[in-house]
Amino acid sequence: MGLKIEQDLSRFKKIVRGKVKKELKKFVSSGEMIGKQGKKLVSIPIPRIDIPRFKFTDKQQGGVGQGEGDVGDAVGQGDEEGEGDQQAGNAEGQHVLEVDVTMDEMIEMLGEELELPNIQPRSNEKYEQIKNVYRGIRSTGPESLRHNKRTYKRALKRQIFTGEYNPKDPIIIPYKDDRQYRSFKQVKMPNHQAVIIYMMDVSGSMGNEQKEIVRLETFWIDAWLRRQYKGLEVRYIVHDAVAREVDQHTFYHTRESGGTIISSAYKLCKQIIETDYDPMQWNIYPFHFSDGDNWSANDTQECLKVLQDYFFKVANVFCYGQVESEFGSGQFLKDLSEKFGENQEGLITSQIENRDAILGSIKDFLGKGK
Amino acid sequence: MPIMHDTGLTPELESWRARIEEWAREYGLDFYQTIFEVLDWNQINMVAAYGGFPNRYPHWRFGMEYEQLSKSYAYGLSKIYEMVINNDPCYAYLLHANNMVDQKMVMAHVFGHCDFFKNNIYFSPTPRNMMDQMANHKTRVQRYIDKLGFDRVESFVDTCLSIENLIDYQRPFLKQNAAGATPDSDRDEEVSGVHKIKVEKDYLEEYINPEAYLELQRAKKEEEQKNMAKIPRHPERDVMGFLLDHAPLSRWEYDILYIVRKEAYYFAPQAQTKIMNEGWASYWHSTIMTKKALEDSEVIDFADHHSGTVAMSPQRLNPYKIGIELFRHIEDRWNKGRFGKDYDECDDMVVRKKWDKGLGLGREKIFEVRKIYNDITFLDEFLTADFCREYKLFAYQFNPLTNRYEISDRDFEIVKHRLLSSLTNFGQPVIEVIDANDGNRGELRLRHKHDGVDLDIQYARETLRNLFAIWKRPVLIETRLNNNIKIHRFDGQEHKTHESKEGA
Repeated sequence: MGLKIEQDLSRFKKIVRGKVKKELKKFVSSGEMIGKQGKKLVSIPIPRIDIPRFKFTDKQQGGVGQGEGDVGDAVGQGDEEGEGDQQAGNAEGQHVLEVDVTMDEMIEMLGEELELPNIQPRSNEKYEQIKNVYRGIRSTGPESLRHNKRTYKRALKRQIFTGEYNPKDPIIIPYKDDRQYRSFKQVKMPNHQAVIIYMMDVSGSMGNEQKEIVRLETFWIDAWLRRQYKGLEVRYIVHDAVAREVDQHTFYHTRESGGTIISSAYKLCKQIIETDYDPMQWNIYPFHFSDGDNWSANDTQECLKVLQDYFFKVANVFCYGQVESEFGSGQFLKDLSEKFGENQEGLITSQIENRDAILGSIKDFLGKGK
Repeated sequence: MPIMHDTGLTPELESWRARIEEWAREYGLDFYQTIFEVLDWNQINMVAAYGGFPNRYPHWRFGMEYEQLSKSYAYGLSKIYEMVINNDPCYAYLLHANNMVDQKMVMAHVFGHCDFFKNNIYFSPTPRNMMDQMANHKTRVQRYIDKLGFDRVESFVDTCLSIENLIDYQRPFLKQNAAGATPDSDRDEEVSGVHKIKVEKDYLEEYINPEAYLELQRAKKEEEQKNMAKIPRHPERDVMGFLLDHAPLSRWEYDILYIVRKEAYYFAPQAQTKIMNEGWASYWHSTIMTKKALEDSEVIDFADHHSGTVAMSPQRLNPYKIGIELFRHIEDRWNKGRFGKDYDECDDMVVRKKWDKGLGLGREKIFEVRKIYNDITFLDEFLTADFCREYKLFAYQFNPLTNRYEISDRDFEIVKHRLLSSLTNFGQPVIEVIDANDGNRGELRLRHKHDGVDLDIQYARETLRNLFAIWKRPVLIETRLNNNIKIHRFDGQEHKTHESKEGA
């Protein structure tokens, strides 16, 4: 029986993908996905895919059932659409279809939707890594690398050949000549290591909403870069008047207060890079999120200097995201563009007004493929 | 089929098949040759997704169906036991993983279906070579796809499927031309341009055709003359057929609409006789298994699975259960002679309870019932107050105050009425074409015959959009909301709604 369901299935999946893409914005700004990775499935509710027909409104119809119960007893809550319509005024009880998508697919869709280019790692041919790859076979080697299957096959062949093999009592004894070992080869691999260093301003003016925006944005940036680089490393720095390195949990959950000295973070970041990440071997992505308020113009000058003298040289790209807040003046972004203009090599800035702007901002940062 | 391929039937299954077929024939079941094939769960899900046919035209909804079936099988929520298609020969599929008692039960069940397909009058107009036709449809659609691209063809298939339910279920039994005009009956003579009833004796003329009657006929005639220019002359429920005849379709569009309509008509009788068909098949698997095919060691499994098939849940009527019980009820009544004037008028409960004339007409009666009834007539005639009480049927309704469905009534008349109206037109709104040249602007006007339940406006709008894609001129539908006539119109750009007092 020759059935060709695969084609129909992939057509269906394509439609689903299209629908998910359309709803992507909602998921990116909702925070439900955070913490999910790789092959993990996420359930995405999409409006039911069906073909419109002339049909009756659901609620008036009723029906016939069977069983015990008095007049007025419930026969189950309003069908499958239970949750949907209790939430305020969702387009009248639409049927919802749950689609399982892996996080990888989600990221891929994000990439397609934002037309994110694949990132070109900096080519450092000098700094190739030498790796041992076990590919070949040879007849000598340590016992720990013995290839049992091949050894067995050779022994079997030899025994059949010499007539020692007895099908009723199939015992195979490998001789020394039968033994096969895995052998390794040294190959040069280009280096594709990457590190992201997130810096966040946690001064008093950054409210919860601002931090949530940063959290969401960093999650998706993380996810995208992780897809591009295997073994991505991530470091976190928070700063107000002083900067300190923290773990991921603290990064997202601290609420500091006080003034803002941005240069403190930049200096710490520089220090981290200098100790742990040789710019010739690493692709480096410093991200800085702030509401744009800095303590003093002097400090801003200092920041600009560090940027120009250090970050533009070592980092693939330095990303500055400015989250709009009621209290922030947004001065820092203005200073940046005043100093470096719009098209400074090695610097990307983005302004994030609210949650809906996250997608656009991700595109700002990653759309250049650096 | 000239070339027989391996059906995967083991010798054991084959010998049971032969025996069960023989028993079925002994009981008087009459069916086309039935070919069983053993499939694994993945194959059976595929076949099921295609509605039982190994070859269907490519369309995403089959993929969706397959995904849902596979998922619910994988999670252990559902399992397809059997599938059979109405064709000559009949094809039926057995699930590889089932144990022998299930396979036997399924085979007996399938023979019940096959007998029903062959003998029930509502199946008589269906083509019996649908397997081949479906394969042809596939080839044709595939050819259009190759020529025009997947997206264009598939989206037009979507468009056609959107009006798939707008067919006239009586159509296959009418001798009409496709435009919907009834040929003038030759019984009546036309005298002085007015229809008159034929009179044998002259002196009866003024009694049979009095002046008042002629006046009425004249008015009717005038009305008809006025309608002569109107297309369609009478409201047309076969909207798909009407569009085939009148919509400006290109060749491939015409063909796709034709295919979708053809398949809709093929599947219609199965929806029309769901309760009877399943009831009949269950009746026979139960009879054949318990009287012939069951071995001692299988009794418990059989009882378990049979009761699973006929289990009722409060929210949904199980067609298997209602069907089989009604057939048994009918058999019992006709065996005991509990029908006719005497029985109906008997008020004495004691006498009624003991009523048994020993007629033994039960079997004969159910065979007759399976021939000439469909679900609606079947329930209308044989669903009795006793039955309703015994099986605790109730009507339920949505209560907006509590946001849940609640039992609204247990009164027999109301339950029956609700049941019948939910089956009328398969619980679909009745829509007909009333004018193809509305407002003399070539606009297509449809009418929803409102019988108490409103149209879902969102869906209706989307459907209008699709109708526009076929008609290529503005499309209107006239419906009712709170006793006002509402007209929804789509002109290719936007939807408009206005109220009208005059109606059509």
